[in-house]
Amino acid sequence: MGFVCCVVATPTGSYWPFLGQFGVLVLVAAVAGLAPGRLLRALAVEVPFVAFALAMPFLATGPTTSVLGWQLSVAGLHGAVMLLAKSTLSVLAALILAATTEPPEFVSGLQRLRLPALMVEILGFMIRYLGLIAAQWRRMAIARVSRGFEGRNLRAWPALSGAVGSGFIRSYERGERVHLAMLARGYDGEMPAALGSSRSARPIEWAVAAGLVCGTAILSWWLR
Amino acid sequence: MHVPDGFLNLPTSAATGVVAAVGVGLALRGARRELNERTAPLAGLVAAFIFATQMLNFPVAAGTSGHLLGGALAAVLVGPWTATLCITVVLIAQAFLFADGGITALGTNVVLMALVGVWVGWGVFTLLRKVLPKKLVSVPIAAAVAGFVSVPTAALTFAVLFAIGGTVPVPATTVAIAMGSVHLLIGIGEALITAAVVSAVLAVRPDLVFGARSLNRITPLEIKESVPA
Repeated sequence: MGFVCCVVATPTGSYWPFLGQFGVLVLVAAVAGLAPGRLLRALAVEVPFVAFALAMPFLATGPTTSVLGWQLSVAGLHGAVMLLAKSTLSVLAALILAATTEPPEFVSGLQRLRLPALMVEILGFMIRYLGLIAAQWRRMAIARVSRGFEGRNLRAWPALSGAVGSGFIRSYERGERVHLAMLARGYDGEMPAALGSSRSARPIEWAVAAGLVCGTAILSWWLR
Repeated sequence: MHVPDGFLNLPTSAATGVVAAVGVGLALRGARRELNERTAPLAGLVAAFIFATQMLNFPVAAGTSGHLLGGALAAVLVGPWTATLCITVVLIAQAFLFADGGITALGTNVVLMALVGVWVGWGVFTLLRKVLPKKLVSVPIAAAVAGFVSVPTAALTFAVLFAIGGTVPVPATTVAIAMGSVHLLIGIGEALITAAVVSAVLAVRPDLVFGARSLNRITPLEIKESVPA
């Protein structure tokens, strides 16, 4: 079960203090992900995301890293490279997780990791509603464009803010309707046990996951 | 915006993780008071809304654009406890499913955005509501200031965390100045959007704005007994 492997491998994977482990961990991640077979194809699809993620440390965390870059201190450069390697590794691991795990499995996996039930329910509802709300945004965007809207500069803000406001009202009212419909169907504050296949990890899979993590740890320590 | 893996060292990440867990635990109890049995469905919806809103880009200038962070906005619209939960859930999903923000840095991100972002925003909002006249007009103003303050505060909190447990030796003041100044600008945008969204909601469904609840006559939903014919 790639899910368990990846979740366990990720936190350790991100803490290897040396660049030499980069290849090793990519290999481990690839092996862990390759188990379901279809992953290689999924990873190829995710390549643009990986490229984007590689650029992320530069873009998203601009202030600190660019300060480093301009100072050009040895420690700073070293740190920047390490940072990049580590975030790339963990992004890769997360992508493998996302590629191997369907949202329902992800939710039930978190449930088994003892995330509070309410959090799991909120997460489940969020994933269910996300498609609806994204579709609603798209409809509203099409409506805006058809009224001649162009999002070029600051003058677009009132229109967009109004859209966010009415988007909130529409979403919330939809939520109220759905909640009433759930009440009508006997909802009493707790979701019925999840239908479908929520199998737990077999002992052998736990063993493989643990072995992978230990192996990586030993290898990294040895290579340091 | 999200802190990636490997930015802060292990003890700091672990410490923020503990703080985040405690804060979310408290929020779980508080949210039941705010929403009772509707907690999960509506908090899930608000989380999805924030998630979707963060995908909506506001054009700034010269082709760049930014997006809403939504901590203060969520606190004003649905109440601080629910907002904390919603933003936490959004961050979990972003970290695991979209690789946005590191998994080991999840605790840090939750502390920065779901705890500091929401509660500083809410604190400023309630404080201003006490000072400003008790009218609907003052709600968006208070929300705007809350949005404006919450963003740079979260950024400065990050600068403090980085000074304690950063993996790269950069002078703390440099980080603080860089983060603070950039997020001051982001805060202005956040303030404008928050105010506009809150007033848009106030105009149509004032009962949906948690922060203006004291100004509304509350009409709770009731399921009536059927009357025999």
